[in-house]
Amino acid sequence: MTKELNNLKNPKIGNEDPQLHLLSDIEYILLLKKMITIRIAEEIISDNVKSGLIKCPCHLAIGQEAIPVGISQFLNSDDRVYGNHRSHGHYLSLTMDTYGLFAEILGKETGCSKGMGGSMHIVGESEGFGGSVPIVSATIPVAVGAGLAMKLSKSESVAVSYFGDGTSEEGVVHESLNIASYYNLPVIFVCENNLFSSHMHISERQKFDSISRFADAHGIDYAVIDGNNIETVLDTSKKAIEIARSQRKPFFIEAVTYRWKGHVGHDDNVDVGLQRQEDLEPWKKKDPIGRLKNSLIAKNAISESDFDSFNKAILDKLNKEFDQAVSDPYPKQQQLLETVYYK
Amino acid sequence: MSKTITYGSGIQTAFEHVLENYDDSFIIGQGLWSPWYVGNTMVDLDKKFGKERIIDCPVSENSVTGTALGAALNGMKAIVVHPRMDFMVLAADQLVNQAAKWQSMLGGGIKIPLTIRAIINRGGEQGAQHSQALHSWYAHIPGLRVVMPAFANDARDLLIASILSNDPVLYIDDRWCADLEEEVTELQELDIKTIGPKIVKEGSDITIVGSGFTSCQALQAGKELAKDNISAEVIDCRVLNPFNPDLIIDSVRKTGKLLVLDGSWKNCGFAGEVIASVSEKFVDFKAPPKRMGLKDSPAPTSQPLEENYYINIHDIVNNAKSI
Repeated sequence: MTKELNNLKNPKIGNEDPQLHLLSDIEYILLLKKMITIRIAEEIISDNVKSGLIKCPCHLAIGQEAIPVGISQFLNSDDRVYGNHRSHGHYLSLTMDTYGLFAEILGKETGCSKGMGGSMHIVGESEGFGGSVPIVSATIPVAVGAGLAMKLSKSESVAVSYFGDGTSEEGVVHESLNIASYYNLPVIFVCENNLFSSHMHISERQKFDSISRFADAHGIDYAVIDGNNIETVLDTSKKAIEIARSQRKPFFIEAVTYRWKGHVGHDDNVDVGLQRQEDLEPWKKKDPIGRLKNSLIAKNAISESDFDSFNKAILDKLNKEFDQAVSDPYPKQQQLLETVYYK
Repeated sequence: MSKTITYGSGIQTAFEHVLENYDDSFIIGQGLWSPWYVGNTMVDLDKKFGKERIIDCPVSENSVTGTALGAALNGMKAIVVHPRMDFMVLAADQLVNQAAKWQSMLGGGIKIPLTIRAIINRGGEQGAQHSQALHSWYAHIPGLRVVMPAFANDARDLLIASILSNDPVLYIDDRWCADLEEEVTELQELDIKTIGPKIVKEGSDITIVGSGFTSCQALQAGKELAKDNISAEVIDCRVLNPFNPDLIIDSVRKTGKLLVLDGSWKNCGFAGEVIASVSEKFVDFKAPPKRMGLKDSPAPTSQPLEENYYINIHDIVNNAKSI
């Protein structure tokens, strides 16, 4: 078991900027734009939760953008990714469908789940996003089952299961790790350890702070990484996906990160007991977007003004999409009964 | 003499038919390599079709059910077996929150060919955790089809229909039916959407409704009643969700009397649903409808207590006569 992360209250996850080697500058700029898109989409959602225009519960992943963007880089549309309650970034990293996400959150028929799911139940089958649900841990066996289907049908696809540190407190996780390990299923478990489960810090819930100990217990290869360093995420996900694809066995990534917002909604949730004022500012210095930006500027791939213009262009595009989604129609009443069984 | 089929061999035949004809089908569950768990219903399937497709698995009901769901979402006809329904309660999240809801929550158009086979296996002093018939719980849930065959040909054809359905289906069979025989009919691949309650004995004096093993009891009671010149119409529910009560309503319009049997408890149970569904459409009962179920206690182990716990033919006949 790793002991590198034995005091996450004062995390040793670095502030240093990523050393960019794996991809071309053009590819890194695309990843930067993806991360900015996720960040701005979450900020627009946050603003509209605050204004009251969005009513459904939204669990935002601002600060965690590098993980899904890095993982998705080596996936293709035949692979299957399953998420959780905090899955806007997982979905967008595969689809970049901000409009479909906005419309879904607003309950519109143009949404990615036809307005039937809201923020917590989103799907993008054609791009490989198999679905997200908010029951903590529920999609882990589903991802394992996707892996079983891939094994039985002798395809080369892989399944990805995203979950948080709190999920490791559910029993089905351990059943599922055992099954994936014993049957050699091509599943990449991605634990986004953002140190919080709802309002509770990991130190208030577990004796140890590294979730990868459970992978170790089931004989699954694992890596514990800085989830806010895009290069580290890329490097690890490339290896993990290659192992799952070619050797047909699982891999476990524990990506340590931090959630800038509270558990749910637009604010910090201090009023419901979230205690982390001392930690938030140091973690904001580990901003995955800022760090990639710095690296790209340092190697003259972009300028400060390029970065500003990326932000402005994405903000303009997403604002227009949100306005369009607001004016879109709601699902027709008959859709309620028409989607209970397959048609 | 005509050829017969047992309920258990009907299930075996259905599995063999599907495994032979559909390469994308597989079965996972506890005890699949051992007759200990699944009796004579899955004999040597692992030897015939390979241990890759017939997977005897760890004691992880929740994860195994979710794994089957995940495989079904990814193009497989997935069958998961729970040799005792009591243990399936550990998988309730995957059944109730996941399998039943993904279609609706994610906007429809998603094929989920998942079959969950749950076996009711009571009696023999097994007690409270090896005996429960929890069909009413699951029949409550929109999105989860619940099928409960009572007779041998249905055991076969309803299982095939369940596996070929693109919706999650909870297929509940009963160990007490396993050896019951019926004249064999030709195997059919039916569309589950077309299957509903069925009249298994025509009659004109009283309608007796059952599901699963209680349908077998209802039929036997109907034959007993005939000796006393009481003509009972016996209806087997077969599909509990989505439930179509029309056939039962039509029968009660004819007989004016209704007795409903349920192999489980009465409170919030399926017998109450049948009576309510009829009562919403029909008021001219000749006498108040009645239901029979288990005593309001967990199943006992002690033999004399157990003997009085489950409903028996004698009581069914007496109740029918009292209406």
